[in-house]
Amino acid sequence: MSQSQTRVVVTGLGATTPLGGDLPSTWSALLAGESGVRKLDWEGVEDLPVRFAGTLKVDPAEVMPKQTLRRLDRNQAIALIAAREAWTDAGFAPPASRKAKKPEEQSGVEGGFTVDGERLGVVFSSGIGGLHTALNSYDVYREKGWSRVSPFTVPMLMPNGASGHVGIEFGAMAGSHALVSACASSGEAVGYAIDMIRAGRADVVICGGTESCIHPLQMASFGAMRAMSTRNEEPERASRPYDKNRDGFVLGEGAAVMILESEEHARARGAQINGIAAGCGYSGDAYDIVLPDPSGSGQAKAMQRALKDAGLEAADIIHINAHATSTPAGDVAELASIKAGLGEEAAAQAAITATKSMTGHLLGGAGALESVFTVLALKEGLIPFVANLEDVDDEVDLDIVRDEPRKVPDGPAAALNNSFGFGGHNVSVAFQRAL
Amino acid sequence: MAVATEQQILDGLAEIIDDIVGIDKSEVTPDKNFIDDLDIDSLSMVEIAVAAQDQFGVEIPDDELRNLKTVKDVINFVQNLQS
Repeated sequence: MSQSQTRVVVTGLGATTPLGGDLPSTWSALLAGESGVRKLDWEGVEDLPVRFAGTLKVDPAEVMPKQTLRRLDRNQAIALIAAREAWTDAGFAPPASRKAKKPEEQSGVEGGFTVDGERLGVVFSSGIGGLHTALNSYDVYREKGWSRVSPFTVPMLMPNGASGHVGIEFGAMAGSHALVSACASSGEAVGYAIDMIRAGRADVVICGGTESCIHPLQMASFGAMRAMSTRNEEPERASRPYDKNRDGFVLGEGAAVMILESEEHARARGAQINGIAAGCGYSGDAYDIVLPDPSGSGQAKAMQRALKDAGLEAADIIHINAHATSTPAGDVAELASIKAGLGEEAAAQAAITATKSMTGHLLGGAGALESVFTVLALKEGLIPFVANLEDVDDEVDLDIVRDEPRKVPDGPAAALNNSFGFGGHNVSVAFQRAL
Repeated sequence: MAVATEQQILDGLAEIIDDIVGIDKSEVTPDKNFIDDLDIDSLSMVEIAVAAQDQFGVEIPDDELRNLKTVKDVINFVQNLQS
């Protein structure tokens, strides 16, 4: 980061996940090493190769009126729930939304800061989009004909739907974007939001990721790839990055949001500063549509570029929230990439965690959720440990946080959050503790 | 299906509107304009019309839907077709 560059800070956080309906409950469950993975009880589930997932702890129907849910895909509903929490957390005034909301749908703080809509942006990602809507609507069409298909089907299934709804609710007119890059999607959303503020396009950006595609088709199609864990008898122990007996990823659902703000804007309004969104690095593998480049050079480059963009040295990195999805090949390949990206010495000093061991893999929501966790780890001085890590893989030769949360000493601290997606998309976001 | 009275149609319509867009039944009175008074958008009107067709057993063609601007318009339309 050059000295002239605008510094971007994190002023609001929110999430709804398999561990909790909001961020405080999610974070405490995470520190306790709880699992958000549970058995599915669908009709016909016994015919699927995978019969469990990280389903939401709190269903949207518990916190949103049915009329609102009628016109939102589940991924969009949870995006709004997380965005409302982050908006309130940032201390902003209730949005002057064009549509009157029911009292239970209000967000913001009475007497809070009113954001200029022309200076407010949104970057919200989903990797898959409205899969439930697409498939349910097709069922309606086949059973009852076209006239019974909901007129909201298109806005509900489009992957930019969450971005659109969040932009409308909070009156964001600086630009509303939806980056789609599979499991790297919302890591890229955070990066793009940083750039929007640095470029002077916005003072405040609501950025996040959302995913909700726990559907028989996804269990079947990821199952067909042999990518998922089949530990059907012990769902809560299935996601086990770095463990010798890991056998694939566990699908999760949820949404996470960060409010990013230029430091100048945040300080002028006396905002709480949770951390610094220091920079972001990207690369493309240009290798295979689903397999990561085995050389790891793409992943390493993303980390190096994040450091450069953030003006950090590899030695500054004390913590990495790894992509680590609990696949046999991916977890250890990423460790090799970390060594290549940071250098052996710096890599050995970074405390690495894999929070997917508790949340499952949120696909397009993962980057944002794990960025939120990375910011909290630096702020609270506690790095969550990897759950289910019982027998460490022989190929693991870096410092993995296990058994209990790791305390981070006071003082300057920086961390990376890695996300890699089908298509060869690699992104690494750098955060620093606010001092 | 038996011919519905004006009050029955009003009650049925109010229930549909509450169900789909969450407007309290007491707000739905004959003089109300769907867009200007009740703030119902065009896609929600399509949903309401489909539900009304099922409930009252009448066809509401798209051309007609455009002319149904108030609650009273719908009541009249349904009554005319039923009688």
